[in-house]
Formats: sequence, structure tokens, C-alpha cells
Amino acid sequence: MSTKWQQFKNSYFFHSFIHDKVAIVSFVVLVMLVVCSFSAPIIAPHDPYDTTTIDVLDAETPPIWMEGGNPNFLLGTDAQGRDILSTMLYGMRVSLLIGLGAVFLQAFLGVVIGLIAGYFGGKLDSLLMRLADVQLSFSTLMVAIFISAIFQAFFGINKYEELAVPFLIIVIGLAEWPQYARTVRASVLAEKKKEYVEAAKVIGFGSGRIMWKHILPNTLSPILVISTIQVANAIMSEAALSFLGLGMPVTKPSLGSLINSGFEYIFSGSWWITIFPGILLVILILVINLLGDWLRDVLNPKLYKG
Amino acid sequence: MFAFIVRRFLQAVFVMLVISLIGFSIQHQIGDPVRDLVGISVSKKEREALREKLGLNDPFFIQYGRFLKKALHGDLGRSFFYKKPAVDVILSKAPATLELVFVTSILVIVFSIPLGIYCAIFPKKFLSRLIMGASVVGVSIPVFLTAIMLIYIFSVKLGVMPSFGRGELVHIGGYWYSGLFTWDGLKHLVMPSIALTSIMLPLFVRLIRAEMMEVLESEYIRFAWAKGLKPKRIWFVHAFKNTLLPVITVGGVQLGTLIAFTILTESVFQWQGLGFLFVEAVERADTTLLVSYLIFVGFVFVLINTLVDIIYGLVNPMVRITGKK
Repeated sequence: MSTKWQQFKNSYFFHSFIHDKVAIVSFVVLVMLVVCSFSAPIIAPHDPYDTTTIDVLDAETPPIWMEGGNPNFLLGTDAQGRDILSTMLYGMRVSLLIGLGAVFLQAFLGVVIGLIAGYFGGKLDSLLMRLADVQLSFSTLMVAIFISAIFQAFFGINKYEELAVPFLIIVIGLAEWPQYARTVRASVLAEKKKEYVEAAKVIGFGSGRIMWKHILPNTLSPILVISTIQVANAIMSEAALSFLGLGMPVTKPSLGSLINSGFEYIFSGSWWITIFPGILLVILILVINLLGDWLRDVLNPKLYKG
Repeated sequence: MFAFIVRRFLQAVFVMLVISLIGFSIQHQIGDPVRDLVGISVSKKEREALREKLGLNDPFFIQYGRFLKKALHGDLGRSFFYKKPAVDVILSKAPATLELVFVTSILVIVFSIPLGIYCAIFPKKFLSRLIMGASVVGVSIPVFLTAIMLIYIFSVKLGVMPSFGRGELVHIGGYWYSGLFTWDGLKHLVMPSIALTSIMLPLFVRLIRAEMMEVLESEYIRFAWAKGLKPKRIWFVHAFKNTLLPVITVGGVQLGTLIAFTILTESVFQWQGLGFLFVEAVERADTTLLVSYLIFVGFVFVLINTLVDIIYGLVNPMVRITGKK
């Protein structure tokens, strides 16, 4: 174990990490945000899902440093009297869950399709890649908005809100698999010609085993780079859908629906309901994007543009 | 070349057929044309008679055929809420969106090209790093948040800018009411177009920079340096020309992103365009209008992408020989 750690510490990867201030800061902030959001039930001062503790009389309390602030509510309360800080922590957990879930789904689909297309080639390959082209030309966000609108019309708003989390994961996950598929395929095409693959074939391993155990590990670095950026994209898409009222309901809010629910109150001056979740969302997406940029520079994989 | 255009055209027709089939099945499943026509205060028997008369009990594909035939004549049904043909509603809202997209495109083109080129030529300079840093921040701020901030600062706090609507309009002709020719209309256009630009601009700056840097690495540019050509000539004549091509294709792909962001921007500013119409249609469960919007946007989208591909094929022989990118 210690040698593994030693190896990691001497690696180029670790070296460029500790010499890049932006990467360190982003990483630390991201870890803090993730820890805070998943330990929300423990550290949050209030439980926004528990309706018995919410008092409408507390509604629209400004943050603590402003006139009329209540020390009970550090960042103020929203229009229903929920503590903004707690709602934000719970909301970020929902956003992260959906973002990660969607990326797992798209990575799984994309990797499988990319491996198959690259390894077998021929008609199957051109069919799958044509499909990926068509799918990519419609942007994720556009497809996701349309599909959720259709589903909402189909199921009615109440049923939709119950299914919101798995549904958002599936919609955002299905919309972006081509990114993975094209990149994995490109690496597979390069790897396929190498000798170790031929050796594996000569030994008599099956195609499945060669694809999963031999080729896949060598295509990991582009997958890692894409995944980082895709998590940011997925969180952004989820926020946009929720903002349009097509995502998470206000009773079980994500950051996007918090921003949406606070929007109408900025005209009466209650800016904190919208701005605080907004800032948190921007920080979350920004640190993930910065880490993604750094990873891309370090690992420098051949990525598919577009 | 001819074969290439035909192939592209057939593909476009196929995608349109798929879109229309999806659109029709949505309408078939959730829309109720009888309700749209007569409301809910009509007896069950009369409804059934009306259903039979309208051919709603026919097999799915016969109805789809009828739907396609009508769609080709520009009839996509009537909007339940507006009590008008859906196509009329869409055409009356389209100019608003077009004006917003037009102003945004001009802003994006004017700023992204010089910024992108500068960052590609001098990647190590402080200003380039600043621009690239700003562009990461730019893509990380959702467009609706930019819009909300703009409204809060300039409309609520300072009170200098209008926060919603299109302002005073001038009738140009047909469906086109324009806000580009009045002071009030222009003032209403400022914040929505800035919000939309704030998200599209970083995408294009990064894209132009990446393409240009790749071109600057290539053999023929090195040869141009070796020949002793002036830097300006190399950058702006030799390198830039070859940067533009991929930017145009990828730019075509970004059209979908632009449509999505337009929906978000319009819904924040209550801009009376197609995006806002779409959000309202979803809220009101106006299925006919929703489906018409999908088909209309799908059509515009496929049309522009096909044109971009064909233009690309015309200027780049490599594309039409292999038939793909």
C-alpha cells in the first residue's frame, strides 16, 4: 500500500497538481462542497423537508447582517419561511446526485457503444456513429427540455414530480452518450492495432474479455477528462430544467428550482432567496470546470471536438 | 457533389419525418382535439359523433398521413389557448426571437473573432490568460442567473432598464412587429441580448482559439514562416481562413444550444418570442401549440444544419468524397 502511495506521490500527475494553485483550490472547494452537501442532514441548522418546523411568519427574513435579520437564519429565509442555508445544502445534494447519476448513465452507454463500434467496425460502426452524429447535432439541453415538456404533459404535474429524480437522470443521461462513444471509439481504433491486443487474440480470449479487460483500461484518461466536464454540464442542464419548472419541484428543491422559486421575489427586494443558491451553483460548476480544464492539460488525451 | 447534396437532403427529409411522427404521436396520445374545439360543456354523445366525423377513430397511420398532408399545406392544427391556427401564433412570435438571436449573433461575431484570434496567437500573455479565465467563468454561469442578476442590478436597484417585455413596437409588414426601430424597443432588447451573449460568447472564443492554435501548428504555416512572410499575413490570411471552416460547422451544431438558451432567456425576461411561447404552452398543456413548436423548431434546425453541411461540402472537397466529417 505504501509503495502505491509512494508511486502516486512521485508521479507526474501529482507533481503537476501540487504546482497548480488553481487546481488545488478548486479541488479543496469541490471536496468541501461535496462533503457539506452529503452531510446536510447532520450539519444543516434546519430540516427544510420537515414542515412542522417551518413557520410562515419567518418568511423572507433577510440575512443576518441586514436589518431585520434573525440569528436563527444565517442567510435568511425564503418565501415559505425555510432557512436558505439548509435548503441550499439539501438542494446541492439533489443537484449533485442527479449530475453524478446522469454522468454514470451516459458513461456506461457511451463506453459500451464506443467499444462495440470501435472493436467490431464495419456497418455496425457506421450506423452507431451516424446515430451519434444526429444525436449530437441536437444539443442536450434542447433535447432534455423537449422530452421533459412532453413527459410533463403526458403524466401530469403531480405524477411527474414524484418521478423527477430518476427521470432527470435518465433524460440528461440519454442525451449525452455520443460524447463518450466517439471518444472511446477513437481510442479503441488506436489501441486495436497494438500488439498486446493481437497477443490476447492469439491466446484465444473472447471479444468481450479483450474489450473490457485489455482495451478499456487504456482508454481511461479521455473518459476521466470528459466525465469531469460532463458532471458540470449535467448539473447545469438540471438547473436549467428546474428553472423552467420542468425539473425538481419546490417541495424537494435542487439549486435550479430554488433559484426559480426566488426569482419573483427579487422585485420586492428579497434578493437573497435567488442570489445565494445562484452563487453556490456557479461555484460548484466553476470548480468542476476548472478541474476539468486542468485534467485535460495534464493528461492531454486526444479528444473529439464539437 | 450532386450525390452528396442528394444524400444530405434525403437525410434531412428522414429526420423531419421522424420529428413529425414523434410530434404526431404526442398529439395523438395526450391532445384532445374535441376539447380544443368545443370545450368541456358538450355531452358525451355529441363528442363521440364529432370524433367520428373528424376521423379520430381511424387507425394511427391513416391519421398520421392526414396530419402530414395538412402539415405540408402549413396547417398544424389550432391552439387551444389562442383560438387561432398554431402556425399563425408561431409566426407572430417568431420575429421577436429572430431579433433577439440576430442582435446576439452580431455581438458574438464582433467579439469572439478578435478575442479568439488574440488568445491563439499569444497564448502566454497575461491578457489571453485573463480572457480564457473569464471564459471558464462565463460558461459556468447559467444564462438565467445572468439574466436575473441583470434585472436585479439595472431594473430593481438602479431602475434604469426595463425588466420584461419588448417595449414599443413598429409594424413592418405581415407578422413582423419590430422593436429594432424605436428607442424603447432597443432599450428592452439590451439586457436579454447581453444575457444570451454572455453564455454564447465564451463558447465561441474557446472554439476559435482551439481551432486557430491547431492551424498555427500545421506544416504549411511553418512553411509560411520559413518563407519569411509577414506575421500579419500569416495570421489573418493564411491561418484565419482555415480556422473559419470548422468554426462554421461546430457553430451550426451550437444552434441547438442557442435554441435552448433562448428558451431560458425569454422566460426570464418574458420576451414575447417562441421560447416564452413554448414555456407557456407547456404550463397550459396546449398540446397542439407544443407540437407545432417542436415541428417548427425541428424544421428550422434541420434546414440550417443541412445548409451548413452543404456549404461545408462545397468549400471542402474532403467532405464530399468520404461523405462525412
